[in-house]
Amino acid sequence: MSVAGVVFYIFALTVLAGGVFTVVSRNPVHSVLWLITAFIGATGLFVLMGAEFLAMLLMIVYVGAVAVLFLFVVMMLDIDFAELKAGMAKYLPIALLIGVILLIELAMIFGTWVAADGVTLLARPEAGEIANTEALGRVVYTEYLLLFQLAGLVLLVAMIGAIVLTMRHRKDIKRQNVVMQMQRDPKAAIKLVDVKPGQGL
Amino acid sequence: MVGLEHYLGVAAALFVVGIFGIFLNRKNIIVLLMSIELILLAVNINLVAFSTHLGNLQGQVFTMFVLTVAAAEAAIGLAILVTFFRGRGSIAVEDVNVMKG
Repeated sequence: MSVAGVVFYIFALTVLAGGVFTVVSRNPVHSVLWLITAFIGATGLFVLMGAEFLAMLLMIVYVGAVAVLFLFVVMMLDIDFAELKAGMAKYLPIALLIGVILLIELAMIFGTWVAADGVTLLARPEAGEIANTEALGRVVYTEYLLLFQLAGLVLLVAMIGAIVLTMRHRKDIKRQNVVMQMQRDPKAAIKLVDVKPGQGL
Repeated sequence: MVGLEHYLGVAAALFVVGIFGIFLNRKNIIVLLMSIELILLAVNINLVAFSTHLGNLQGQVFTMFVLTVAAAEAAIGLAILVTFFRGRGSIAVEDVNVMKG
């Protein structure tokens, strides 16, 4: 087996083990950590496929932001997880049944899957003249500019939505009142005192 | 070199694990959200695999958008979860229909 094959199997096993332990862990903190493992494995697969930019994006966005967000929420909310896990044994048979059926269906697709005429599947990712990141940048900022901007809009809406949902107005703290600040008048706020030498105020 | 089928196999297995997780953790909405992330990750692996093996960047561009939407979805989902927890003191999924207007 080639080096790429060995690396592929290592990362593939990492992804799958991470995924399985994410869903079966009893403790949600462990779930999040296994999720991070799965993302790191997927990052390795992306690098192996030659999509370096997306690999780094996955690392930064998922491991750096989304997984940490999950960790924050899991640790911030004081939840009795033992109670939530109580129904797990009850749901296991139906979950396994659906999982196995889906797996069989996907396996059946694998058996009969062929590429359409005129499509050439490359044996290996094309090692082009330019790097993956540059190639991606060239299409994202030209052909897909509108979609790219809309993706930014989605993120903006998500950000505003998350802030609006979670913001609390507390009454018992001091806040900045911009209008009052703007309306302050130097004549009312400042008193000029002519201090004589040696006397003080 | 590793063929396309291998990547598709990993992605399919990961997808099934995600679906399995949704059914297994029906009460725990945090793990439900994580299962959705796993499913989206499987989709991303598929897209990138096809993209590189066809020599076409469209798949990777689309993966970027899927990543964007997944991040937004996680943020909003967790925000709703936090708000819900503040109001009710639990995150049991059975109680969620009290959110109806």
